[in-house]
Amino acid sequence: MLSPAILTAAIVNGLLTGAVYALIALGLTLVYGVLHIINFAHGALLTAAMFAAYFAYRALGIDPYFAVILLAPAFFGVGYALQRFVIGPASHGDDRNMLLVTLGLAVVIENALLFAFRADTRTVDLPYALDGIDLGFIFLPLPRLIGFVTVFAVTLALWLLMTATDTGRAIRAVAKEKLGAELAGIDVAHIYAVTFGLGTACVAIAACLLIPSYYVNPSAGNAFVLVAFTIVVLGGMGSVPGALIGGLVIGVVESLSSLFLGESLGQIGIFLLFIAVLLVRPRGLFGARA
Amino acid sequence: MKEFKAVAVVVVAMAAVPLLGVSNVTLNFLIVALMIALAGQGWNVLGGYGGQYSFGHAAFFGTGAYVTAVLQVRYGVNAWIAFALGIAGGALVGAIVGGLTFRSGLRGSYFALVTLAFAEVLRILASVAPVTGAGVGTLVRLDLRPASLQFQSRAAFYWMILALVAIALIVTQRIERSRFGVWLVAVRENEDAAAALGVNATAIKLIAMMISGAITAAAGCFYVQYFLFIDSGLAYGTWISIEALLTPIIGGVGTVFGPLLGALVVRAMGEAAQLVTGGEAPGLDLVIYGCVLVLIIWFAPRGLMGGLTQLRSRLFRPAPAAKVGHG
Repeated sequence: MLSPAILTAAIVNGLLTGAVYALIALGLTLVYGVLHIINFAHGALLTAAMFAAYFAYRALGIDPYFAVILLAPAFFGVGYALQRFVIGPASHGDDRNMLLVTLGLAVVIENALLFAFRADTRTVDLPYALDGIDLGFIFLPLPRLIGFVTVFAVTLALWLLMTATDTGRAIRAVAKEKLGAELAGIDVAHIYAVTFGLGTACVAIAACLLIPSYYVNPSAGNAFVLVAFTIVVLGGMGSVPGALIGGLVIGVVESLSSLFLGESLGQIGIFLLFIAVLLVRPRGLFGARA
Repeated sequence: MKEFKAVAVVVVAMAAVPLLGVSNVTLNFLIVALMIALAGQGWNVLGGYGGQYSFGHAAFFGTGAYVTAVLQVRYGVNAWIAFALGIAGGALVGAIVGGLTFRSGLRGSYFALVTLAFAEVLRILASVAPVTGAGVGTLVRLDLRPASLQFQSRAAFYWMILALVAIALIVTQRIERSRFGVWLVAVRENEDAAAALGVNATAIKLIAMMISGAITAAAGCFYVQYFLFIDSGLAYGTWISIEALLTPIIGGVGTVFGPLLGALVVRAMGEAAQLVTGGEAPGLDLVIYGCVLVLIIWFAPRGLMGGLTQLRSRLFRPAPAAKVGHG
């Protein structure tokens, strides 16, 4: 039988991975909560941010954790511009068009990266990548520990933004009642773009946290986004606490199922869970109303 | 038969192409374009007329392909029968996925996501299951006899896929002019209103999804007979899901000829990209497809067919401010 130590280690590892999943899901759920569409370009943007973090380290020698400070605003700008100048005008206010445009952007970004960098897989080797804290029964790798803490800091910052600033209030107003918000003088196109920018900034931060312990290639983001879809569906589309708890749960489920079933079947397990949740309880466990 | 005049004219004109002595390269281009058109025609029934945007039509294409290949290779079933069962398999997958999703009321973003997830589950399963040949794929034995649904000449393959496209065109036209088609469009325009007026929206969407699945599966069946090979990436990969929705959107969503026109344009662009870069640019064709998708939605939401209609009404009815409503 499995010893409690191995089991504990698997659970702790799952929580550490799950935190980064949660951050990616947070970006997705934020956009869904306000724009009411799934951003199918989320994965491609994550890949793009991972490439940015990779080159920031390789070409400029910027530590990935420091790169957060540069890439988060940069990708906020990218997301803002995409929504304001491409997705918004191109979709003529139709949800189905919006879905297609984000899908189109995903195809463009992913394949432009493939065109530029080929399918090669790249990794950064941080000098402290293998450092960590040994608690005796379990070893906590330093990069993932930093990631875990960062995710909670980011969530806290986002929560403060949403509750204590005018922009946050405007975002919540648009999410609840778009027409009413517009009548109250809120620039909806601007708020949509800000939300999209925040979602994109989330993947940029996630990319910086992933790059020290993960590889990057033009389709690297996809694996994470499929997990993020599952988390968002599990936690309830548009629900922020749902994304956080869902992320941690999925991290543990994945860690345990690959312990018991092996890597490739673990992936199917997540998918089946995803489809099951969608079919049985499409509003998710934390049932944010549509 | 007057209603099929336009279909007859187009199909007869296209059927004459091999008789003009075109090269095998051109013929091959047209065969692949027609195959993509067929996949797009399937998407168009559900997405174009029914407004249910599937991001995972690979689920149908791949199932058609695998059923055709596996039945022949592993169970010695005749190719014609395997082909027919492949189409039936597509309809069955449509019934399963549609039954599960429409019954739980999944629409819009959710529907796109579920279809994408089903295609991905099938891809992963096909890449590990022994019956599909797992990672290696399945190779169909070369046997160039009509009895095995394989032909010596490219022209025969061309006429075969053209016949399939013609059938799909007729089916689409029938749907468009039937009561069922009107219900389907009503569901697309406003599902709640249609349901309130007594349209059984769930059943209508389910039937549309089965027809859609069958047509797209036929493209997958043809793929196997033409290329004699299938693996999980080709069968259930994103490429076919994208091309299946790209062709009707470029050609004109919810029009009979949209997918055919769109497929010819999409393929021509892909070939042009290959020519310019000498085939040394992985991903460039998809970059172009993605840009075209965004630009079409942006500037011509009714696609090329919509543009043509607009042009015609402008040329032949030069009345001032001839208003063409946007869908």
